[in-house]
Amino acid sequence: MSRVLMRGNEAIAEAAIRAGCQCYFCYPITPQGELVEYMARELPARGGAFLQAESETAAINMVYGASAAGVRTMTSSSSPGISLKLEGISYMAGARLPGVIVNIMRGGPGLGNIAPAQGDYFQATKGGGHGDYRLIVLAPSSVQEAAELVMLAFDLSDRYRTPAMLLADGMLGQMMEPVELPDPIDPATIPGRPWALTGAVDRAPNVVLSFDLDPQGLKEMNKGLQRTYQEITERELRWEEVDTEDADLLIVAYGSMGRIAKSVVRSAREEGIKAGLVRPITLWPFPYARIRELSERVSTVLTAELSAGQMWEDVRLAVGDRAATPFFGELGGVVPTPRDVLSEVKRYANG
Amino acid sequence: MPMVETRIPEGYTKVFTRPEALSDAQYTYCPGCHHGVITRLVAEALDELGIRGRTVGIAPVGCAVFLYRFFNCDFVQAAHGRACAVATGLKRANPDLVVFSYQGDGDLGAIGTAETVHAANRGENITVIFINNQIYGMTGGEMAPTTLPGQRTVTSPGGRDTRLMGYPLKVSEMLAQLDGPCYITRQSVHDARHVGLTRKAIVQAFRNQLEGKGFSLVEVLAACPTNFKMSPEQGNTWVVEKAMKAFPLGDLKGA
Amino acid sequence: MNMEQGIVFAGFGGQGVLLAGKVLARAGMEHGLEVSWLPSYGPEMRGGTANCTVVLSDALIGAPNVDAPQALVAMNQPSLDRFEPQLVPGGVAILNASLIAREARRSDITVVPIPMNDIARELDAPRAINMVALGALLRALDTVPLEVAGDAIALEMEERGRAKLGEVNRLALQRGYEAASSVLQAGA
Repeated sequence: MSRVLMRGNEAIAEAAIRAGCQCYFCYPITPQGELVEYMARELPARGGAFLQAESETAAINMVYGASAAGVRTMTSSSSPGISLKLEGISYMAGARLPGVIVNIMRGGPGLGNIAPAQGDYFQATKGGGHGDYRLIVLAPSSVQEAAELVMLAFDLSDRYRTPAMLLADGMLGQMMEPVELPDPIDPATIPGRPWALTGAVDRAPNVVLSFDLDPQGLKEMNKGLQRTYQEITERELRWEEVDTEDADLLIVAYGSMGRIAKSVVRSAREEGIKAGLVRPITLWPFPYARIRELSERVSTVLTAELSAGQMWEDVRLAVGDRAATPFFGELGGVVPTPRDVLSEVKRYANG
Repeated sequence: MPMVETRIPEGYTKVFTRPEALSDAQYTYCPGCHHGVITRLVAEALDELGIRGRTVGIAPVGCAVFLYRFFNCDFVQAAHGRACAVATGLKRANPDLVVFSYQGDGDLGAIGTAETVHAANRGENITVIFINNQIYGMTGGEMAPTTLPGQRTVTSPGGRDTRLMGYPLKVSEMLAQLDGPCYITRQSVHDARHVGLTRKAIVQAFRNQLEGKGFSLVEVLAACPTNFKMSPEQGNTWVVEKAMKAFPLGDLKGA
Repeated sequence: MNMEQGIVFAGFGGQGVLLAGKVLARAGMEHGLEVSWLPSYGPEMRGGTANCTVVLSDALIGAPNVDAPQALVAMNQPSLDRFEPQLVPGGVAILNASLIAREARRSDITVVPIPMNDIARELDAPRAINMVALGALLRALDTVPLEVAGDAIALEMEERGRAKLGEVNRLALQRGYEAASSVLQAGA
């Protein structure tokens, strides 16, 4: 077991290469610059294709093309750049093209700033682009987990023929931690892609489309998507729990906020408050059922985010009126310290 | 749509047939539209070079959105304007593929200008067929970037006023200034001789790709009689008397 | 209760505070600890101020940002002004006495003034002030051994294609460590 000290952005890039990513397309944006640089340096040297596109729009459409050609492919960006990619993401969802999109979130809306934020939760989990589609959304809270989840994103994306997103933020992208890199996958384990555009020799032509002008036809295509989403919801839910067994106050937080919340639970317990944490790892699908179940046993479910309360809506859907559902959030790229969140916890524990 | 069966009478030789690269599907183009001729010329080029089995075509948004039905090769349909980026992804993922996009003036010269210019500038090893009919056909006859000064469309009902709406965009002239492309040419299909020249240009554009020479673009002037509110014959006259004045034919770069 | 230390390195851009933090994190990892390194990042490529937060722990680390650091390495006065009030009572401040004119204001912390620029200049390696600072910190923290940090900076230099700078950086660590020893023994 060898651990290396790596930046989140670099670990994501390295793990993507180990997952068999052969084509990576990008447009520079902070705070994910190290990911782009790593790919520019490493991917061509290891037999893949790296291309800096003229825009985020072009980059995601290059991913669309490379995926149609049948290879594992990825793009990465940060919030404003992801907005530009949404057109292509919707097309990928419609055309059933796998591919991985990394969003290292920053403060918004508009140009916002380059500090860590979680304001793109709605965009990632509720569609973002046009039409009835969902993205598989994976939210790491450590550099190690970022490396593991980007590999999982490739697997799930292939298995379900739908794009997947790794949703992290500037803190995870920029920070360094020891990481034990997963072994490179055996390319033979990547599911076959009989639908890929490889040249129509000894078979009927393959066609990759995201449209059907006949409403009945498009309805069937949509029903197929919905069946896939149902299957993903039933099989791919992931979350982590900390000290939930006897908790009276539950924090729900993901990503960077999720790891800050771990410190908060520890400090709260030292002060005699029975706090616990649910950290969703898949943001879509969202672990509604487990949060509902836990909400039967606690007085308060506190959602904490680096946003004005986006995941909060899903938590409230899960909890209903079984427990109080307060919210703690920070805005604009301000990252709270554990003490900030702890004082919030104390307020509800004592109230 | 069932194919019409034809019997060749004794003593006759078949000199004109459906290219292997075309499917049995019937075109959805309007009568008198030049797309039909150009689509066929692309198929003939694939046949001539024997590359149907390694070719991937990219259908645009617009009248040629159903292009994948007409061809007997692998196809992908791209978002409006993004064909050159999709082509780039395909080609970088699998350089053995022969990749072509087929795009109209709105797709290539308005919403997809950036993708087109940068694919050309990278010398991306692809073939682009650019149909310039100076109008948006499928959406109902709106002004295109290539619409001529004074030309009436549903969004320039008083004629294109250059003070407010600018000038016809000379895409091929622009691209010919770049170092990346190897071949930029403008052709037309309004008569048999020009059909032959266009065919030759399209074959050349594919041959360049096979030889790894880089970005080739064949612009073909076309008429849209439906939206021009003209007969097919008047459409041909329009190409000669109007379009060719603003967009002179010939090779702009390479040959 | 487990051991967890938060350390803030702060200074001008170009003083090498990010690298000093990274070397500590790397050495901590090699020493078998859990570590995290969190930089401040901004639009400035050079100049301006820079800081990073390193957490060393014997358990998995939650927040990589800290409320009250146990240690501060202040390479210039603005850094001292900004971070001194945040130090935990009983914490330690390593100050660059070459550039900081004032005394620390807190009386509940251990202050270790080190003339970093002067020491680095004596080694004919003015850019090694960050390793002088780190050496002093290692002495004050007593968490990560000096040799492990020396190996970490040597590897770091090697990976950057500057292997020949490994020795002088190791020496700078040593001098910083010794300078802190003198200050702490005098105060003890």
